[in-house]
Amino acid sequence: MALPIDDNPQFKEYAHPERLVSTQWLADHLGQDGLVVVESDEDVLLYDTGHIPGSVKVDWHNDLNDPLTRDYVDGARFAEVLGQRGIGRDTTVVIYGDKNNWWAAYALWVFSLFGHEDVRLLDGGRAKWIAEGRELTRDVPTATPVGYPVIERDDSVIRAFRDQVLAHLGQPLVDVRSPGEYSGELLHMPDYPQEGAVRGGHIPGAKSVPWARAAAEDGTFKNRADLEAIYLEEQGLKPTDDVVAYCRIGERSSHTWFVLTHLLGFEKVRNYDGSWTEWGNAVRVPVEK
Amino acid sequence: MSTDTDTDRAALPTALAEIAEDFSSVPVRDRLELLLEFSDGLPDLPERYVGHPEKLEQVDECQSPLFLVVELDEAADGSVGDRRVHLFFQAPAEAPTTRGFAGILHEGLDGLTVPEVLAVPDDAPYRFGLAEAVSPLRLRGMVAMLSRIKRQVRLKSAA
Repeated sequence: MALPIDDNPQFKEYAHPERLVSTQWLADHLGQDGLVVVESDEDVLLYDTGHIPGSVKVDWHNDLNDPLTRDYVDGARFAEVLGQRGIGRDTTVVIYGDKNNWWAAYALWVFSLFGHEDVRLLDGGRAKWIAEGRELTRDVPTATPVGYPVIERDDSVIRAFRDQVLAHLGQPLVDVRSPGEYSGELLHMPDYPQEGAVRGGHIPGAKSVPWARAAAEDGTFKNRADLEAIYLEEQGLKPTDDVVAYCRIGERSSHTWFVLTHLLGFEKVRNYDGSWTEWGNAVRVPVEK
Repeated sequence: MSTDTDTDRAALPTALAEIAEDFSSVPVRDRLELLLEFSDGLPDLPERYVGHPEKLEQVDECQSPLFLVVELDEAADGSVGDRRVHLFFQAPAEAPTTRGFAGILHEGLDGLTVPEVLAVPDDAPYRFGLAEAVSPLRLRGMVAMLSRIKRQVRLKSAA
């Protein structure tokens, strides 16, 4: 059974307040039946250095990516990953992580591809929990495995592929990488190993809105008015727009997907997870500098 | 001059080879714990570099801020071959994997001579059995560190 929604007044202004919990809400509900807390970080070792008591680790690369194809795990593997961690289909999952919840948002997005209904982010993530002096432990909980159904992933609604992005040119695109990546200058450092794309620049027509602009200094999301000032007023996006967001491999853009979809209530936002490592290497796709 | 192919086949220096052996001899799960030990064991930056980011080189390929600098001892007999290499790293505690990579390189390379460091094969980061534990993508950070270390050694020993 789903746990109650965090009635934090700050969340009420967002389109989908049920997608966020505060650190206080989590502290109050830790250990309750029906709740599993997941840590998902960029750094695969960070959980092991200390985590929220009772939380389990889901690694974006080793657990959610397929080891062979450049794709996400299938329904059977997803069921295994979640079931092992004591997560059932109706479990309330709260995900938190490092770097303004960048990877936590990515995990939440992948959970959403499988239609896991009740998955929420801890506002402010790992950094805020630590900044507040809350407890961390190195004890790894022994989860009681549960059965998770094998669900066929639905890539049609919130995920975009290269050909779809090509067909989308001329419609709203958001590039959430750093300004140097957007301009293409970061691929041209003599003598240094490259990041893996043979062309620098951005997808034609994409607007540059670095993902972290959506975060406040303490790692929590900015309030709705501030977010609207960036995405609606400054960038001219509308909640009814068909929007595609991308970055380098699809993680930072999951964060922006979360902001546009769950905080601002955009109706159709897709994350292009192939992102620049695919686009910057693909033959005959247009690049703008 | 050796070709790239020859370099890639070269043996690891002794200390690095021992670390590789330690990693390979334990199950994948335990490799993460071992890496965490290297992360915890990375020496702090010496006083002369603290607060001087301009004296360090950032390894942009790492997804967390990692800075490094190489120093060369003066050679006893004035020859380049005698000069020993010292490595200094700065990486935040929030980036234990990156710190672990730096810890391995520190323990494996610090104190070697210039030619020994330059002879370290470029594929050394793939010889620790870490690809299975942390994913191959993440190892690119360690490849980049090694590449920049060798580049600094090359520049400083030529000067």
